[in-house]
Amino acid sequence: MADPARILFCNCTYAQVVPKEVKAEVLRQLCASGVDFDAVADLCEMSARRDSSLAGLAKGPVKIAACYPRAVKWLFAAAQAPLPEEATEIRNMRVESADEVTAALRSPDLSPNVPASPAAPPVAEESPTHQAP
Amino acid sequence: MSLHDQSTLRVLLYEGPGSQAWADEERFDLLSQLLEQGYSLTRRAGTGAVAPAQNQPMLLVGRFGQAGPPELVSDRTDHLRVQDVEGKNVAEVVEEVGSARQAMQAAEPGAWKPWFPVIDFDRCTNCMQCLSFCLFGVYGVDGEQRIQVQNNEQCKTNCPACSRVCPEAAIMFPKYKTGPINGDVVSAEDLEREKMKIDISSLLGGDIYSMLRDRTERAKSRFSKERDADKALNERQKCLTKLAQEGDIPAEVLMSLPSPEEIQARAEVAKAKAKSALEGRSPE
Repeated sequence: MADPARILFCNCTYAQVVPKEVKAEVLRQLCASGVDFDAVADLCEMSARRDSSLAGLAKGPVKIAACYPRAVKWLFAAAQAPLPEEATEIRNMRVESADEVTAALRSPDLSPNVPASPAAPPVAEESPTHQAP
Repeated sequence: MSLHDQSTLRVLLYEGPGSQAWADEERFDLLSQLLEQGYSLTRRAGTGAVAPAQNQPMLLVGRFGQAGPPELVSDRTDHLRVQDVEGKNVAEVVEEVGSARQAMQAAEPGAWKPWFPVIDFDRCTNCMQCLSFCLFGVYGVDGEQRIQVQNNEQCKTNCPACSRVCPEAAIMFPKYKTGPINGDVVSAEDLEREKMKIDISSLLGGDIYSMLRDRTERAKSRFSKERDADKALNERQKCLTKLAQEGDIPAEVLMSLPSPEEIQARAEVAKAKAKSALEGRSPE
């Protein structure tokens, strides 16, 4: 039997692009559900920081409540923590209702929806050959 | 201190055996306040899987009562701490987390607004237009001459200009208001739209950098006779208004551009870098 998917919630703290009532209601329902979950203040901020914890958060199977799947995919990739395409489901709180997102997160089924890549993304180097001035 | 030097503090709200569970509303109140303050969180009661511990500072918080908190087998107090918050209310717990963050030297939340380009490498053709265009050194190339975002914190907040020069709509700003720049699916219409294919430098009839330089030179010459510095500023503002409107570039970003000479110098450096990357890359 496959492992149950982990749940990761992004609060998009540093912008107002995710409707406040949606993200609050998703978090409220997660808190009331009794289920274990991870939550981050802002995936963008962690990606820019190349936060080492993203590698752990990316381990599948995982369901992520955040924003557009294409953006989430490449935010993780930019931090050298690529999401497993076959084991990641991303729910978009910018366009979905809180009930839709929560239902998907709580469902025992995983519906992978990370945009498929034709090739693996390039791996960034610690010491690039050309540094910005 | 560089953006990459510190990790976010992960607060683990422990509600498993040996600790008291929180009321639903109280738990929501605590977690939402901590998220608004920039922390990473894990709610753990043993009812599901959570992310494994990584090499990041972690604070385990719980109401342990008389039994007291569990003993941790670790001498890394800079990376792992336990806080018994028995009898404390939400505000007091949030305050204690803040103190622990400082003591553990974890990243200061909210110190920088995360606005930067994210490249969709499924779409990127490595044409280097973004590198040529950006004056602020956000882009660079890796050892294989592939474009990459190297200096996120140098990006100008709310400015999506480089995404508009990308011919493949491969540059996203996840916090942008509309698609496909915000990461929404790129449609055929998006690529067809003049808006997406726009070459910003052509908006004002040619190379924006030389245009800015020429305008400023003309203004300088004219206004040096008139001795009216305000008119020079007005001229520059007028010339940039169109660019701001067409490219949705914040006026404050345009107005904070460096001097025309500096713009020219930086543009030359960026173009040379892009040219070098294009010439140096191995054939596909």
